[in-house]
Amino acid sequence: MNTPILNRSERTVFALRRLYADRGYTLYRMSKFEEYDLYSRNKDFLVSDQVITFTDTTGRLLALKPDVTLSIIKNTVDTDAVERLCYHENVYRVSGGSNRFCEIMQTGVECIGDIDTALVGENLYLAAQCLGVISDEFVLNVSNLDILLSFVERATDSRTVQDALIDCVAHKNIHGIRAVCDQFGIEEPLCAPLCALVSLCGQYETVLPTLLTLCADVCIEQAQELADALAVFEGSGYADHIHIDFSVVSDRSYYNGIIFKGFVNTVPDSVLTGGQYDRLMQRMQRRSRAIGFAVYLDMLERLYDEPIPYDADVLVLYDEGVSADMLRARCDVLIASGKSVYTSKTVPLKRRFREVIRMKGEVNARG
Amino acid sequence: MLNIALPKGRLGEQVYDRFARAGFPCPALLEDTRKLIFENPDAMVRYFWVKPSDVAIYVERGAADIGVAGKDILLEYAPEVYELLDLELGRCTMAVAAPSGFRDDMRRTLRVATKFSHIAEDYYAACGRDIDIVHLNGSIEIAPILGLTDVIVDIVETGATLRENRLEVIETIVPISARLIANKSSFQFKRTQIECILTQLRKETEENHD
Repeated sequence: MNTPILNRSERTVFALRRLYADRGYTLYRMSKFEEYDLYSRNKDFLVSDQVITFTDTTGRLLALKPDVTLSIIKNTVDTDAVERLCYHENVYRVSGGSNRFCEIMQTGVECIGDIDTALVGENLYLAAQCLGVISDEFVLNVSNLDILLSFVERATDSRTVQDALIDCVAHKNIHGIRAVCDQFGIEEPLCAPLCALVSLCGQYETVLPTLLTLCADVCIEQAQELADALAVFEGSGYADHIHIDFSVVSDRSYYNGIIFKGFVNTVPDSVLTGGQYDRLMQRMQRRSRAIGFAVYLDMLERLYDEPIPYDADVLVLYDEGVSADMLRARCDVLIASGKSVYTSKTVPLKRRFREVIRMKGEVNARG
Repeated sequence: MLNIALPKGRLGEQVYDRFARAGFPCPALLEDTRKLIFENPDAMVRYFWVKPSDVAIYVERGAADIGVAGKDILLEYAPEVYELLDLELGRCTMAVAAPSGFRDDMRRTLRVATKFSHIAEDYYAACGRDIDIVHLNGSIEIAPILGLTDVIVDIVETGATLRENRLEVIETIVPISARLIANKSSFQFKRTQIECILTQLRKETEENHD
């Protein structure tokens, strides 16, 4: 049997691009290089702040692209309508595990312009569809950063203490929240709701009523905004996969509102991250709002790690007497019967084949 | 089946005891054997012993769904995991220690010997103190005695080793204890079982606290 030319990861990319195209996203192609200055001004937005740089022939300091979103924003203009762009690019950055630079295939969408609740919902729905293409067993964790910030900013004015509390929330570290509150004299009525927010996670329809009550006096508008966006999943068949989880946290200098992370079973880290990044747009002097997400294809290697038992179906071992046309004809027959073929005069090292066919030439055959 | 990474050694045995009393025993774990992996299918748990500093790696990379790691390791390596519970076991302190009578000369860069470079860097950065880190893997205490460094940043349990080497704690950085950690993806798909263990362990910890 012929091995499929495209592996599962590649087939997934095409399926995701189909989804993007169906929703009106157009493919955005870009250069591998970008002015380093763009990244140095927005280092905290990057997954890793280490960037491969080089000086080009004109003396400009360039970088191998560590991120796609910044380039897209830089190269698009403000619009009162909505610009839908998708990409499929290699990026170059330090991998968390190995602490070395690596090339990572990333695909995703960016939606820029007049972003309303319906578009946020559409983006969440598309993210869920993408996860559904990757695996039947997926969870999309959704949060509203503005809700978390409301609780944190109510507890303390100190940016440092707020960051410490946000870090604890990101790690579901309730004992850590209590320790920070004890250390900085934050009263129980302000500490307890934060702990409750961390504990409050699960299927969105189950969690929403409690969340709306918890947010009633603090940030009901933001809670309602989350509820309205999640309403997109009603009757979609995805509802069980969609969870509210406030441990989804992104840098508040860039992100705001709805943020989300997607997980698939057996892959140890999130494979999809996204959210609204109006603050990044403002930092880059854009008045448009924006939302988008990225799918990290390098994370899918493990999911699609199907062992291939053979390098080819048939090893055709031929000798000196076999002519080129004889060999070609034999291979054509084998390939036509659906088999992959590897020709060699000697058995290649470290290769495995389902079967071996020996071909002798006329001289040797007679001999 | 939930995969649980436990730290080898005395702390690991205390941690296992806590899990067993919480309703997730695996008696074979305490047998004198060279085996490293132990299963109790009835309790749906599979334990394995790993080097304490490796627990967070096993959990972060998903080879273990949950595990128990020291706060020192979590601060030093900042793994992307959930920190679900302070088990209040193996309590000690991350501290700066120096030879008795040491006085910090602010005109000079402070030389610091430690196994915990990131913790030391973060601590002194917050203080605005310029330092020169000397990363060592053991016997940290002898560094200031031999003039290699001015101070050390290390874990202090009883302080006996420091005293024997004529060192004393001059600053406390952070309290340390064992923490229950979980892989972020495993938490999504094995949440019921993880939360069941978490609830029981929290109960056991509170009882021991009282």
